[in-house]
Amino acid sequence: MKYEEQPITMITIDELLPRTTRFFEEGYRLVQIGCTRVDGNFEINYSFDKDYRFENLRVILQEGGTLPSISAVYFGAFIYENEIHDLYGVSVTGMNIDFKGTLYRTTIKYPFSTDTTKEGDS
Amino acid sequence: MTRQIIIPFGPQHPVLPEPIHLDLVLEDEIVVDAIPSIGYVHRGLEKLVERREFTEYVYVAERICGICSFVHGLAYCQGVEGIMKIEVPERALYLRTIWSEYSRLHSHLLTLGLFADVLGFENLFMNAWRLREHILDDMEATTGGRVIQGSCKVGGVRRDISSEKLDQMVSGLNELEKEMKELTEVFLRDSSIKSRLCGVGILPKKEAFEYGAVGPTLRGSGWSIDARKLGYAAFSKLHFEPVVETQGDCYARCVVRAKEMFVSIDLIRQAVQKIPDGPVEVKVTGAPDGEYFTRVEQPRGELVHYLKGNGTKNLVRSRVRTPTFTNIPPLVAMLKGCELADVPVIVHSIDPCIGCAER
Repeated sequence: MKYEEQPITMITIDELLPRTTRFFEEGYRLVQIGCTRVDGNFEINYSFDKDYRFENLRVILQEGGTLPSISAVYFGAFIYENEIHDLYGVSVTGMNIDFKGTLYRTTIKYPFSTDTTKEGDS
Repeated sequence: MTRQIIIPFGPQHPVLPEPIHLDLVLEDEIVVDAIPSIGYVHRGLEKLVERREFTEYVYVAERICGICSFVHGLAYCQGVEGIMKIEVPERALYLRTIWSEYSRLHSHLLTLGLFADVLGFENLFMNAWRLREHILDDMEATTGGRVIQGSCKVGGVRRDISSEKLDQMVSGLNELEKEMKELTEVFLRDSSIKSRLCGVGILPKKEAFEYGAVGPTLRGSGWSIDARKLGYAAFSKLHFEPVVETQGDCYARCVVRAKEMFVSIDLIRQAVQKIPDGPVEVKVTGAPDGEYFTRVEQPRGELVHYLKGNGTKNLVRSRVRTPTFTNIPPLVAMLKGCELADVPVIVHSIDPCIGCAER
C-alpha cells in the first residue's frame, strides 16, 4: 500500500509568515490548518500541497500566546483561524475576516481548550 | 451612496438541506458582502476520538456525513494504517475503491437532483433521485447499509463481494449509464438551466487557488487537482483524468459533477476487471503511536483526516478538514457582486454539506 511522504518542519512563530509567504510564492496550495493540544501547549499544523507533494509547518504556541494570521498571504486561511479561535480559544491577530467568536455557535465556550490527554482522562 | 441593508439567509431556507447562516449585505439587489456563520449542527465528533477505541472510532468517523460516510470511514482507516504501517490486502483496496466511486455516484446524483430542485425543475430532480436509488440498492446489497455502510475497518474491509455480484453490478451500471446520459444531457444542454447557471457565481482560477477551493469547485475553475491522483486505495492501478472546466461559474461546477459520474463508472469497471483474489483484511495488533495526515477525494473534494496516537487504545487527536469547510471562503467570494435571486443557486453550486463541515 502506498503511503504518502509527509515532512513536518518545526518552526518558530516568528518564522511563520516568511515561510508561508515562500510557500505561496512557490505555488503551494494551503490544504489545512489544524490545532492539537499537546502537553499543555497548542500544536498548530499548516499543510501545503504542490503537484501532490505534501509539506507541513508546525508551530508550538504556549497557553495564552498569540498566533499571527496568515490570511494576508492565503486569503482562505481565515476560516481555519476563526475555527481555532472558536474551538480552542487561541488568540489570532490580523485576520482579514474576524468573526470574533461567532463562526461556531457552540454551547460550551472553547470546547476543545481543555487538555484532556494531559489530565489522563482518556 | 446607496443604502445598505442586511438580509439573513438561513439557517432554515427552502433550498438548504442543512443549516448555514449567511448575512447578506445588499445594495439594491446586489450582494456586496456575505458573512457566513455555522455551528448549528456542531457535534464535537473529533473530541470523541479520545473516548472510543481506535478500532471502534471508524463508526463515528462514518457518521460525520450521511452522504460520503464510506469515504470518511476510509480516510480514518487509512490514517490509522498509515501510523501503524499496516499492509492492507490488495483485494480490500479494490473493494474500497469500488465503494468510494459508488459513494461519488450517489452523492453527485443527489446534488444534481437538489440543484434541479433549486432551479425549479422538479421532474429532473425526481429523475436524478430515481437513478440514485439503483446506486443505493447496490450499496445496500454489498455492505448492508444504504447510507451508513460500516464496511471499512482498520486493516481492510468487513465484507467481500462475490465475482457474480461484481459482474451484476457492472451490468447494472452499463444500463444505468444510458439513463444517466439522458439525464446529464438535460443539465448540459437545456436552455433554461444554462440561463440560470452560465456566468453566475464566477470563481476565477486565481481566486479558486488562493481561497482554498477543492473538488468540483476547484476543477470548475480550471485546476486539474484531484486527490485520487495520490494513488490511495487502488487508484494508482486505474487510469483516469480529472474532469476540468474553465469557466468557473455555476454551470462549470455542474458540468464537472455530471461528467465525473461517467469517470466513476469507468473506474468501477476497471476495478472489477483488475480485482485480485485473496483476503480482505489483516489482523491488527498493537495500538497506533505516531501521527498521519490522510488525504482522499470525497465527492465534494479533498478530505483530510489528521490522526495522532500515543500508543494507547485511544487516539489523542482526530482533526477532520472537510471539503465544504474549505469551500466556504470561495463561496463568500462567489457571492460578492451577485444578484440576491442567484444566492440559492450559488450556495448550492459548491454542494454544501454542513454536517460534514461542522463534524
